[in-house]
Amino acid sequence: MNWLVGALLGVGALLGLMLTANASDTGMYAHGFLFLVVCLTGIFFLIKTAYDRAEAVAAGTAPAADQGYMDGVVRAGVIAAVIWGIAGFLAGLVVALQLAFPVLNLDLPWTTFGRLRPLHTSAVIFAFGGNVLIATSFHVVQRTTRARLAGGFAPWFVFWGYQLFIVLAATGYIFGITQSREYAEPEWYVDLWLTLVWVVYLLVFLGTLARRKEPHIYVANWFYLAFIVTIAMLHVVNNLAVPVSFFGTKSYSLFAGVQDALTQWWYGHNAVGFLLTAGFLAMMYYYIPKRAERPVYSYRLSIVHFWALIFLYIWAGPHHLHYTALPDWAQTLGMTFSIMLWMPSWGGMINGLMTLSGAWDKLRTDPVLRLMVVSVAFYGMSTFEGPLMSIKSVNSLSHYTDWTIGHVHSGALGWVGFISFGALYHLVPVLWNRERLYSLRLVSLHFWIASIGIVLYITSMWVSGILQGLMWRAYDSLGFLEYSFVETVEAMHPFYIIRALGGLLFVIGALVMAYNLWRTIRGELRTEHVAGAPSLARA
Amino acid sequence: MARDRKTDTVTGVETTGHEWDGIRELDNPLPRWWLWVFYASILWAVVYWILMPAWPGITGYTKGLLGYSNRGAFAEKVEAARAAQSVYLDRIRDASVSEINSDPELLEFSLAGGRSAFAVNCSQCHGSGAQGGPGYPNLNDDNWLWGGDVDAIYQTIRFGVRSDHPDTRQNIMPAFLDDGILDRSQVNDVATYVQSLSGSEEPADAVERGGQVFAEQCVACHQEDAKGSHDLGAPNLTDAIWLYGGTRADIVNSITHGRSGVMPAWAPRLESETVKQLAVYVHSLGGGE
Repeated sequence: MNWLVGALLGVGALLGLMLTANASDTGMYAHGFLFLVVCLTGIFFLIKTAYDRAEAVAAGTAPAADQGYMDGVVRAGVIAAVIWGIAGFLAGLVVALQLAFPVLNLDLPWTTFGRLRPLHTSAVIFAFGGNVLIATSFHVVQRTTRARLAGGFAPWFVFWGYQLFIVLAATGYIFGITQSREYAEPEWYVDLWLTLVWVVYLLVFLGTLARRKEPHIYVANWFYLAFIVTIAMLHVVNNLAVPVSFFGTKSYSLFAGVQDALTQWWYGHNAVGFLLTAGFLAMMYYYIPKRAERPVYSYRLSIVHFWALIFLYIWAGPHHLHYTALPDWAQTLGMTFSIMLWMPSWGGMINGLMTLSGAWDKLRTDPVLRLMVVSVAFYGMSTFEGPLMSIKSVNSLSHYTDWTIGHVHSGALGWVGFISFGALYHLVPVLWNRERLYSLRLVSLHFWIASIGIVLYITSMWVSGILQGLMWRAYDSLGFLEYSFVETVEAMHPFYIIRALGGLLFVIGALVMAYNLWRTIRGELRTEHVAGAPSLARA
Repeated sequence: MARDRKTDTVTGVETTGHEWDGIRELDNPLPRWWLWVFYASILWAVVYWILMPAWPGITGYTKGLLGYSNRGAFAEKVEAARAAQSVYLDRIRDASVSEINSDPELLEFSLAGGRSAFAVNCSQCHGSGAQGGPGYPNLNDDNWLWGGDVDAIYQTIRFGVRSDHPDTRQNIMPAFLDDGILDRSQVNDVATYVQSLSGSEEPADAVERGGQVFAEQCVACHQEDAKGSHDLGAPNLTDAIWLYGGTRADIVNSITHGRSGVMPAWAPRLESETVKQLAVYVHSLGGGE
């Protein structure tokens, strides 16, 4: 096994060297060199591990290998998620400020909105969200199958391979390497690398399920599996492209025109559906019942809404292309399937919220559970807003406006963010074997700061988006356009400032979380009055 | 399945008998309201499919009972909007700009249309309030380079200034220093003279020397009295209104390197009715000559 991995790393190092030596642009030169360094580092650690082990065996102190749950990789994922999360939120704050104050583009190519915006979206969706999903899936699948992760150190390959993907993507954006596909900006060679990592991820997950010691597969694992499989399919199809040269970064998509647009939004919408929805529903299905110590509300609902969601979501992409060159029939299908998707989405919300019946009092005492429950409420809100916005007549007002941005963020900050924070707060004491979190009051502080931030964000974008849409379509009594484009841009300014303020609060909340988790990992406990406990009244 | 089913003490509902890491599942039925709303949304979708273009086949798609199409609906809207405006547009097409200017009905319509077209096409350079900026004339001040009556403005908008149109308005402010027409001290003197024209106190000897240079080099366009000429597009230098700035450095810069800003010709870009409306609108801004 070690020889095989070593050989693969050697091939990888050679490949990196070749790319560097023959690179036809600076981007490929830098990325090839990075790949070379990573592979050599891998070889170094492989030899070191084998050497240490041989020494330990000789000394008779070698630990029995491969026993119990494999939690090291989950711990690494938790740390990576917190770091990337803060980086991604900060990038979001910067681009929000750039929209309010364009001078912050700094007139440098590397710091313009056009390059930093994908940096923000990829950092929060793939770097933060992706790491949370990989870490929690590795945690949940082991606990709910009572089996160790399959594949030896393949899970570590998934972890480090994924971090390499993030670094390649992020540095590429800054230097202008992009295929200009929203949420799929990385170029062909980065896509190939992610495909490899993702297939190993799928195999690890399937392998773990195969060696399970439980008779049934828990609902969280259905959702994780749907997420992994569908993302693989979406990623491969949407990124089909022909590189200009094997030693250059640039490629051209296999699709053109409206087919290209439809493929892109089939991908884009289902990245929301299967990464940001299915994956995080999987987290909800484990961490909420676990935290509330209550059984899941309805097994039957979980089956029905799972299959309905999986079947319907994949059709909804065309609603991103209403009133474009996309044929009418495809627009109709995109819209009607989005409407039918409403209840299947809400099935998850019902199961999440109703699981608390008999444990609602815990919301008062456990801010971690409160984060998760509010996240489910945001999930319910944005999965109602989504179908609403997919209706063509509503979409003709909302499309291309800030309303869309607000909608995405009620899902991203409220649902994805809060359920992730809840899971991270729950996981850290478990993974590092601590009695409890360093401070529950800091969790509560985080909850309130971030909630106010989200409310500012969403409401400002609602007002701004609807105002923008109405201004674009305003005619005077003689049939002439009422406003010029620049006037509509000017009208957005106050809302952009409010939005940036909301984002700032969200960032501060995340920093509070990072501090709290760091102190928890160090094994410290803050002496504090726990909310809900009988108060030590001064008698 | 019946194996190991337990009854939840809080709700009194049975569990399914499965357990994972301490998590159990209740055997609750689907919520009724949920199921009915789900059915209703499916029914709604089916009705929508029957009425609207929906399902693709091998060679075509189901057109739907209502015969709706995006393009059709769009064409209808554009048609309706055109029909509503055609009462005015037809008359504007056949009228001259001065006729439009003196017909209250056409004037009202053209001011609205001109304002809208200005916001889309002109505000990028002239500003959304037509206040102009360095290099782009203020259109509110009744101070005109190429004439401010409505016909002159119409011609400027139609063919542009130094544009690629054959009928463009054309002149040139030479680069007096760059092209070696004047030396540096002459440029400084004439700049001093020009400054003195708008009432600034300047050293008398420099003004006098500059006046001589002005008489030799500048009067052909800017005229003896330095009040410029609409026919030649030469600015009035005595009114303290400056297209490229009125500081000494700005004036020296203009004389040294020359100036030749461009305004595009709009006749090839916009419909003739729109250009006429723009002329009437811009004329109304500055009071008009």
